[in-house]
Amino acid sequence: MTESQAQTYFEDVTTGQEIPKVALTATSQQLVYWAAGSGDYYQIHYDKDFAQNTGLPERITHGALKHALLGRMLDEWTGPAGRVVRVKCDYRGMDMIDKDVTSRGVITGKRTENGRNLVDLEVWTEDPEGQKTTPGTATVELPSKGT
Amino acid sequence: MTQQTSVITDDMRARIGVESEPVAYEIDNTGCRQFARAVGYTDPVYFDETAAKAAGHRGIPAPVGFLGHPVVVPGQPSRTPEPFRMDIPYKRVLNGGTDIEYLADVCAGDKLTATTKLADLSEREGRMGPMLIVNTETTFKNDNGETVAIQRGTAIRY
Repeated sequence: MTESQAQTYFEDVTTGQEIPKVALTATSQQLVYWAAGSGDYYQIHYDKDFAQNTGLPERITHGALKHALLGRMLDEWTGPAGRVVRVKCDYRGMDMIDKDVTSRGVITGKRTENGRNLVDLEVWTEDPEGQKTTPGTATVELPSKGT
Repeated sequence: MTQQTSVITDDMRARIGVESEPVAYEIDNTGCRQFARAVGYTDPVYFDETAAKAAGHRGIPAPVGFLGHPVVVPGQPSRTPEPFRMDIPYKRVLNGGTDIEYLADVCAGDKLTATTKLADLSEREGRMGPMLIVNTETTFKNDNGETVAIQRGTAIRY
């Protein structure tokens, strides 16, 4: 059974707990996959000359790909019966092409609202040096063992 | 040090809060798969319709962050709706942030309608010079008129 098929229940999670991280290497091919998948064809992400002509040192990983990677981490952790309610992040630091982007998260709170079991998290992506380049927050809904 | 003059004109300020014309977004199997591959998903529900339905979904679910592709027909209004066709003196752009709130599930086969508004304009001095911060808010509705997602974005023009 892979991680993505496991179910996380509301009763099993606690504030302060870190959730399993996920990582992606931002190869040029991966960034072109993203261009096609997202519809963002801005050349700073796959054309080195174009990127450098705009003043960047190199091609950079799309911000929205980092948002989506946070989403994938939450989706895989919440399991088939959980759902991602909100993902918010700021692109504070650039991630360069061919580097790993690692998505991480820590639970900051649990609440039940209108019968929904919600979990709030601090989420971020970090570069290979451990710098938080994309800080953010997220909310997910988890099933209860009792229902 | 010289005082930077504002690039925010009265015309730009008047656009804040104005809703765009609706733009159609389509979500299909291939779009979901391409997006899922780009983010590194391996869960079969994002690739195989049978697996998705066996897991209780209406169809292949849209991965988090995917709200379809806009339907763009040459010669017809583009994906840059009127409130955003502003005369901005900065030609370069960076994505400053993304916030997506989901109010209902989104699956392949869904057709969404998005309206966007300029939520705010502000200016800041950045590492690469003066910057204009453009905050947008896009509301996605399904065919039943139900809001399925609200996306708030920050574009940095410099």
